[in-house]
Amino acid sequence: MRARLSARVLLPVLLFLAPAALAIAPTRMPTPQLEVRYERLIHGFRCMQCQDESLADSPVSLAADMRRQIRHMLIAGDSDQQIRHFFVSRYGYFILFKPPFVARTAWLWLAPGALLIIGAISAILVIRRRAMLVKSDEEEPVEDTPRGERS
Amino acid sequence: MNRYLIPLAVFALVVVVFAIGIAEAPRKDLVPSPLIGKEVPNFSLPSLTDPTQEVSSKQLLGHWYLFNVWGTWCVSCRMEHPELLQIAHSGAVPIIGLDWKDSRAEALEFLKKEGDPYQRIAVDRKGNEAIRWGVYGAPETFVVNPKGIIVYKYIGPITPQAWVQNILPHLPAPQTASAGS
Repeated sequence: MRARLSARVLLPVLLFLAPAALAIAPTRMPTPQLEVRYERLIHGFRCMQCQDESLADSPVSLAADMRRQIRHMLIAGDSDQQIRHFFVSRYGYFILFKPPFVARTAWLWLAPGALLIIGAISAILVIRRRAMLVKSDEEEPVEDTPRGERS
Repeated sequence: MNRYLIPLAVFALVVVVFAIGIAEAPRKDLVPSPLIGKEVPNFSLPSLTDPTQEVSSKQLLGHWYLFNVWGTWCVSCRMEHPELLQIAHSGAVPIIGLDWKDSRAEALEFLKKEGDPYQRIAVDRKGNEAIRWGVYGAPETFVVNPKGIIVYKYIGPITPQAWVQNILPHLPAPQTASAGS
């Protein structure tokens, strides 16, 4: 009984944990500061092969090469900005998960705000109009025979 | 009329946003290269055929060439191989290979068996060089002019059709190409 129970509990747990063994082995940077920057950088770059994954999550070998490149550049003393520039100048802005604010991407950043303002204005207009309708209903009671009634 | 104005304006805006989105992203797997119009990355790498020799961007100045990133592990590269042989045979433009993350023995074996279209082959064992070229898959082919400027990049296997329609128009007319070499 006891063995069966543990098998029933353990097996799903182990199966659930199995993919963790395949996850990318953490690589140590020489200092904690570099480690923090490394982690932040690899989460900010897109894996160009499996485009919806970051370099941090991607198991493909190109992502491993890019992580190695980032490690080398960090250890060589490059700034985050220099590392981003290195990749953007070769792969384009597409490699960044967070696109920069430049002329070409301005609409991307401004559109949500513009839509919010448009929405707010239309909501205010609709609410005002409704309020006015209610007010006018109260002021002038309609003297009318109900339509369904024959006179 | 007025009550339709705002929804219509919003709808028009949404149409514009989606139209731009669709027009800007013809195919998600083809990411345009920012290196087009720029100089090739400086490189100096060991030659596949003779590791004591090097293949460098300096040596290649002064001639048009195709820079073809390939590997024996890459199925699409095997697919385009006959077309590369065809191009090499026609003498249209020399092809420089970048053997990407490959085993030397397997690469040599493959070329011996299938034919070697390359004028020179540089070796990128670890994949550092490919990143400098913005490569994100194989095969990828860059068209480089005599000044060492990348004029075009073709992503995916070169088919006879792609050669004629996509790559050839970026190369000079035949007589100029042969005069340069």
